[in-house]
Amino acid sequence: MAVVTRGFGGRRPEPEHEVPPGQFVTDDFPVLSAGPTPDVDVSRWELTVRTETGEGVSWTWEQLLALPAEDVVTDIHCVTHWTKLGTTWRGVSLDTLLADVETSAEFVMARSYGGYTTNLPLQDLLDGQAWVAYEFEGEPLEPVHGGPARLLVPHLYFWKSAKWLRGLDLMDDDDLGFWEQNGYHAYGDPWLEQRYA
Amino acid sequence: MSWHVATVVGARPLTRTARALTLAVPGFVGALPGQHVDVRLTAPDGYQATRAYSLAETGHDERVDLVVDEVPDGEVSPYLVRDARPGDQLEVRGPLGGYFVWHDADTAPVLLVAGGSGVVPFLAMLRARRSTGRRAPFRLVCSVRTPADVIERGEVDTPDRGFDVRWVFTREAPAGWPTPPRRITTDDLVAPGFGPDDGTDVFVCGPTGFVEAAAGLLTGLGHPPDRVRTERFGGA
Repeated sequence: MAVVTRGFGGRRPEPEHEVPPGQFVTDDFPVLSAGPTPDVDVSRWELTVRTETGEGVSWTWEQLLALPAEDVVTDIHCVTHWTKLGTTWRGVSLDTLLADVETSAEFVMARSYGGYTTNLPLQDLLDGQAWVAYEFEGEPLEPVHGGPARLLVPHLYFWKSAKWLRGLDLMDDDDLGFWEQNGYHAYGDPWLEQRYA
Repeated sequence: MSWHVATVVGARPLTRTARALTLAVPGFVGALPGQHVDVRLTAPDGYQATRAYSLAETGHDERVDLVVDEVPDGEVSPYLVRDARPGDQLEVRGPLGGYFVWHDADTAPVLLVAGGSGVVPFLAMLRARRSTGRRAPFRLVCSVRTPADVIERGEVDTPDRGFDVRWVFTREAPAGWPTPPRRITTDDLVAPGFGPDDGTDVFVCGPTGFVEAAAGLLTGLGHPPDRVRTERFGGA
């Protein structure tokens, strides 16, 4: 049983709907990045999916924009305790990007411009659960929030939604990405409050 | 990682909006300068609110030193700044974060760039440097709105071998200050003399807009992005 803090009443905002344990709802869009925001030029931008056998398939910016896009409305949950409700995004489903990729791998390392990495099970990127997003609230995604394009995996803590995405490496065995090597949980389910390793 | 019961044992006002809090926390061990903790408050009906705060000092097990700056319309910080008093109990989880950390065995020059209460993790680094007698050279560039907003100025301004501080005032400068109030510039980041060729480790902490600006200036000066560690708070 948690101790009661004398004199603390709480603001008790009424969330529009349930949020994961330990989260508070904010209208801001806070920023969590380990380093400077990289300057990524779409004329040289490329996204590469590499399988466990080393085969790769790449898309240029124009090729990404030419793929069927989806509009996504979702809540997002950051491990630093904020939740933002009803955010709207536009991007390409990972189901589309991975449709023709031959693999028996079970894990993925997402890689970013700037060197960031994060690991996810492949099944968490499929079946309408993940996108490469390039618009936020109807505008091009700002660099500070991961533009030109970021991974969007809203059912996991938001550090899994890698900003400045440049590649997805498929792996037979799980490995740890950047925050996962720095004390954070390997999977990161906000509803189970899997914040820390 | 589990929650520890924390008891307020000290509280000291620092500015109009910031306060130092010391908590006694049995079971809390091993914090490094730059790390943070989660702080959880529980209301009598069980409602809870959790926020993350940087540690202002490390090196004492079973003790947590915070400097909390009140966020307007915040939920947890107004309680910690205005209401909490010795004897009150809350909960702490940590220490957290393994990247925005200065290790006292590191000998590389260190450039710290703070906006507002972003100076708090740097207080922990400066205090660790002093208390361990390490001689890694440190420079601090500290941007604040007005002289009244400076956190722990007496301590930060105390002369120390191998350490120097440069103040930037953005809204109101002290009387006789050589420059009018202005935002941080490239000059402020060059003046300390720790450039990319010196193998400098750079840490930047502050509100998102400040960190974006400062980190952009630093990489523009040639500091490798992987040597510029950032911690941001607030929206963008």
